[in-house]
Amino acid sequence: MKILVPITEAATVDTVFEIDGLDIDDRYLSTDLNEWDAYALEEAVQLVEAEGGEVVTVTIGPDDVEETIRQALAKGADRAIRVWDDQLAALSVLDPVTKSAVLEAVVDEEQPDLVFTGVQSADDSFGATGVALASRLDWAWGTVVNDLRLDSTVAHVTRELEGNLEELTDVQRPAVLTIQTGINEPRFASLRDITRAQQADITLESFAGLDLDADAVVSSIERTSLYEPDSDGEATIFEGDPDETAAELAAVVAESGVTQ
Amino acid sequence: MTVLAVAEHRRGELRPVSLELLSAGGELADAIGGDLHVAVVSGDVERYADQLNREGVDTVHTVADGEEFNHDRYVQAVTRLAETVEPTALIAPDTVNGLDYAPAVAERLDAPLLTDAIDLDYDDCLTVTRERYEGKVETTIDVDAQQTVLTVRPGVWPRADGSGDAEITTLDAAIDESAVRSDVTGYQEIGGEVDVAEADVLVAVGRGIESEENLDIVRDLADALDATIAASRPVIDNGWLPADRQVGQSGKTVSPELYVAVGISGTVQHVSGVRAETFIAINDDPNAPIFEAADYGVVDDLFEVVPVLTDQLS
Repeated sequence: MKILVPITEAATVDTVFEIDGLDIDDRYLSTDLNEWDAYALEEAVQLVEAEGGEVVTVTIGPDDVEETIRQALAKGADRAIRVWDDQLAALSVLDPVTKSAVLEAVVDEEQPDLVFTGVQSADDSFGATGVALASRLDWAWGTVVNDLRLDSTVAHVTRELEGNLEELTDVQRPAVLTIQTGINEPRFASLRDITRAQQADITLESFAGLDLDADAVVSSIERTSLYEPDSDGEATIFEGDPDETAAELAAVVAESGVTQ
Repeated sequence: MTVLAVAEHRRGELRPVSLELLSAGGELADAIGGDLHVAVVSGDVERYADQLNREGVDTVHTVADGEEFNHDRYVQAVTRLAETVEPTALIAPDTVNGLDYAPAVAERLDAPLLTDAIDLDYDDCLTVTRERYEGKVETTIDVDAQQTVLTVRPGVWPRADGSGDAEITTLDAAIDESAVRSDVTGYQEIGGEVDVAEADVLVAVGRGIESEENLDIVRDLADALDATIAASRPVIDNGWLPADRQVGQSGKTVSPELYVAVGISGTVQHVSGVRAETFIAINDDPNAPIFEAADYGVVDDLFEVVPVLTDQLS
């Protein structure tokens, strides 16, 4: 069984930051393996450990995402592909339509049995790439999966809906499944795994190599501004040392009447 | 120039977000200078159509097909509706099920897709406002396309009211059964011993608590307040507290008299589930979105502040 896992590098913003044009200044961003993708990867690795096969990751990004790709290799991926091209570098938004076009080409080349994505990325939070990819491939899909049992033709999934409600769905294979956090416990990589991952080859693919037409990523959307939101709904912030701020909070608690 | 909003229902009830879609769609239709159409697929569509017939709605399209949501059937029905109505914008809710079909509809229409919109405008072209980096910044995106598929964030637009005089039409689903490759076999509710929705006072704990062992300082605070302990998602995912403690979109919506959020960053998925009379947040990140939702806050190390607060309340 071969499972393809798209891995995204997600950025988090420092407490204090500056905006540079249409993004946050790089100096205030730290990047990591996207949290949801860590669960998707773990799910794939556990299945392959149990049944045999291969977990292949694919990441769309410039060469500085290789550190994140190596994290995925250290956590059990067998092989990694990175796709980058000038066409992608020129886009102002790497949106799910574009990403799914690129991933479709990788699926065509790799011919996996299943694709596991994270439900969403932590930074852009589009939450749409998995379904967009499945639709392009004309595959079945299941989203926000928090439990999974596979048989030879069907994936039996539990989908996490809102309000403590879950939906039980049978999805025909092949399928794209979007994996929710909490489905498993992503492993920590051992030092040996990390060392091995540092030495692993990462296959670089360009549009030419994937037979991708430049038209495949002609985007009709463009980012036009990025700003800190108005903070009119902001809380009253108490300042001082813990004794002072705790006293202020205790007064708020007393005011609320719940301790009477 | 038309806006088409697709309603959402579950287990026999129209979900409230459907009425928010009417407001979002109505505002956008006004900006475009076009009509607002609404569609409802599956279930008791006639009853839903009555409930969706609000002020500003020009047409309600009903597609009778089965009882509950199935994404394969929705993709076909909504794509057909879009080909019939030819909307400038097709709007679905940014919910688990909205995101389960909208991206596929966009793909079939060869239309751009923007999810989780918090504002929409139209002035020569469609402009969509979204958040990035967990709400730390907002960004506007211009769309240059004949048709766009959008999902809009629940809880941002008001629920439409007033009764309307919309035309109600029916569309034959004409589902290609061979393209239905998923089957919803049932539902299950996550129950537990504790119903956080029933509590008057909640102390909620998030990722900032760092480890299961550290939960004791939160338990002590909860004891001092005679409060029930709740949690945001990471604490549940890590198995530090059971799933019945989860507050937010995936868990429970709560409306206590007092809500104390400890080490919770305040993602929209969490704060959308909190409607407290008094909302206190303790977090060491001054830009954490929890302070947008809270009434009172302390920006400091929770391990310093919480034990002192517990002492003062005891």
